[in-house]
Amino acid sequence: MTDHTTTPYLLPPMYDEFRAAARTVAEKELGPRAAEVDARGGFPHDNYATLTAAGLHAPGIPEEYGGDGVDALAAAIAVEEVARVCASSSTIQTSNKLGVVPLLLAGTEEQRRRYLPEVAAGEALMAYAISEREAGSDVAAMRCRAAADGDDWVLDGVKTWITSAGVAMYLIVFAVTDPDAGSRGISAFVVHADDSGIGYGEPERKMGLKGSVTREVYFDGCRIPGDRLLGERGRGLRVALGTLDHTRVSVGAQALGIAQGALDTAVGYVQERQQFGKAIADFQGVQFMLADMAMKVESARQMVYAAAARSCVAAPDLTYFGAAAKCLASDVAMAVTTDAVQLLGGYGYTQDFPAERMMRDAKITQIYEGTNQIQRIVMARKLLQTR
Amino acid sequence: MTLRIVVCVKYVPDATGDRHFAEDLTVDRDEADGLLSELDEYAVEQALRVKEAADDAEVTVLTVGPEDAVDALRKALSMGADKGIHVEDEDLHGTDALGTSLVLAKAVEKTGYDLVLCGMASTDGAMGVLPAMLAERLRVPQMTQLSEVAVDGGKVTGRRDSDTAGEQLEASLPAVVAVTDQSGEARYPSFKGIVAAKKKPVEEWDLAELDIDADEVGLEGAYSLVEDAAERPARTAGTIVTDEGEGAEQLAGPGHRGAGRLARCRRRCLACRGGRRLVPAHQPSRPDR
Ligand SMILES: Cc1cc2nc3c(=O)[nH]c(=O)nc-3n(C[C@H](O)[C@H](O)[C@H](O)COP(=O)(O)OP(=O)(O)OC[C@H]3O[C@@H](n4cnc5c(N)ncnc54)[C@H](O)[C@@H]3O)c2cc1C
Repeated sequence: MTDHTTTPYLLPPMYDEFRAAARTVAEKELGPRAAEVDARGGFPHDNYATLTAAGLHAPGIPEEYGGDGVDALAAAIAVEEVARVCASSSTIQTSNKLGVVPLLLAGTEEQRRRYLPEVAAGEALMAYAISEREAGSDVAAMRCRAAADGDDWVLDGVKTWITSAGVAMYLIVFAVTDPDAGSRGISAFVVHADDSGIGYGEPERKMGLKGSVTREVYFDGCRIPGDRLLGERGRGLRVALGTLDHTRVSVGAQALGIAQGALDTAVGYVQERQQFGKAIADFQGVQFMLADMAMKVESARQMVYAAAARSCVAAPDLTYFGAAAKCLASDVAMAVTTDAVQLLGGYGYTQDFPAERMMRDAKITQIYEGTNQIQRIVMARKLLQTR
Repeated sequence: MTLRIVVCVKYVPDATGDRHFAEDLTVDRDEADGLLSELDEYAVEQALRVKEAADDAEVTVLTVGPEDAVDALRKALSMGADKGIHVEDEDLHGTDALGTSLVLAKAVEKTGYDLVLCGMASTDGAMGVLPAMLAERLRVPQMTQLSEVAVDGGKVTGRRDSDTAGEQLEASLPAVVAVTDQSGEARYPSFKGIVAAKKKPVEEWDLAELDIDADEVGLEGAYSLVEDAAERPARTAGTIVTDEGEGAEQLAGPGHRGAGRLARCRRRCLACRGGRRLVPAHQPSRPDR
């Protein structure tokens, strides 16, 4: 007999509880401050405190390291709900995840115990530094050097566009340890914000995500002890890409949240706005746009949750799903936020309404953690591999 | 010795949704989405703060209500309470405040307590009498409308603010305390709390377990009975009254004594006192004299 009251394809009720909890905090605390966070720019310390108090700043850290121990799906829902009202604030979560995952994938037990509890307690924010001016999509072309000196490592070089740099207490940094070994010559390290020889650039002036801080990080003879090497020497790129498999799910969730926020804004507005003697929601041309937007948002959600499920169990097809989820959800976010601005008309183009902010915030999700062209390359590679 | 705190929490229809009466004129709890009464969240919060300040304390959340009322317990457990008690019985349907206080008193006594915490009122019935009734039933001191609570060495202290004075109160334990919405923002349940709540025990008790006869509670046992309920008429747009000497009459109606002799009105009627809805505002000559 088939049980008609439940199916594996519906989320268990506990996830509704997670969503309700995150949404309450988002709507009561973060939403009302979102416009100000965007206008003021810079890292929103107040929202970091709010997220920490609510236990939403770093979802998914295992319980043995002081975290909430929730799975990647619950963590994705947390990011989605925060991004729905304030994309900038959700970078606190994604930034932390970019620091936590490499430690879980490649860190020693000692390293995990050293860093994860502080992140779980909201005492330390993390950052992930791989990109360089001349090495964005082509990460293996990085130049930042880490030279062995006795037991220590000495870092020299520049990392660019590093989210949360200057605020983060710990940075996962990728650098070349063996210049002749090509992609096998890159290693991962944990660098402390107060290590000597580290410096920060001015915050980038960005199109969106203004309530997050993005800076260059300079290493000038930055000396760190040998136990900061994360994973094996020469296997840094593996750590980097293995991390992105998981964290692209978060970027997908972030994009999904932005899209949902824009859809909600548009649905509310069109029912209020009167033209030609009736609500613009009464026009079929508007209704069809809404239907398309909602359809896209929901398909992005299905893709992101499917990828999150694969992240939970580290499934072999996670790489494909992570890329697909991030790519689809961010393309949807861009399309839906653009349509939301359209539906709000002239008001949508002004900062008195949130649609234009959402549109500016959506754009980054098509770019970081690998541009969407790179995601398509990743997916195509997986597709063609199996033939 | 463990300080035993019991928080009475109510599962109420979501005030932001559609709320109705059922056919028997009791609140329809089946159709509406329910939640933990917001005013009770303050009581849970105070219980958790007392617990955090104590060496050894345990917070039990207690609810009387239908099957779904367990959601209110779950929320409180997610916030950090230790265990739950759900009193549910078919015969409880239609119980009034007096009956509810009986059930709560029996349940509180059965589980054991040093301090009972309540919200100042429920967000559905909003009678606000329950804490006092409960204290009477338990024959212990009561302190209601507190905006601050602390427990120290066998007594509970608190502050009650009124329009004219702030009182500092003290009672020996065991006691019943009701807190206001000024007592401190309730914490949000965290993901960690939600996960932990799944493993926390919730006991289910019925009337037999509490030695209560069915005719002491329910619609049968109720001292008050709702005979009729009418839907509040839809709000109509207000009328703007322009005062051209007849403003008071228009506002208060022709039966009003002051009508027509506005300047000599001696009654502290709305029309003459505030003039808030009068355009332009008129100045009655000393209505108090
Ligand atoms: C706000 C912000 C935050 C960021 N945060 C971080 C961070 O925390 N840590 C970090 O390490 N980096 C971060 N980045 C960097 C980001 O990941 C890179 O910008 C991104 O990977 C793209 O690299 P690029 O900018 O060098 O673009 P390029 O690689 O120069 O690409 C330019 C264009 O060419 C396309 N392209 C490149 N190669 C190919 C190809 N083979 N086939 C087809 N098209 C191609 C790209 O898709 C893109 O459209 C951040 C960037 C921004 C703007």
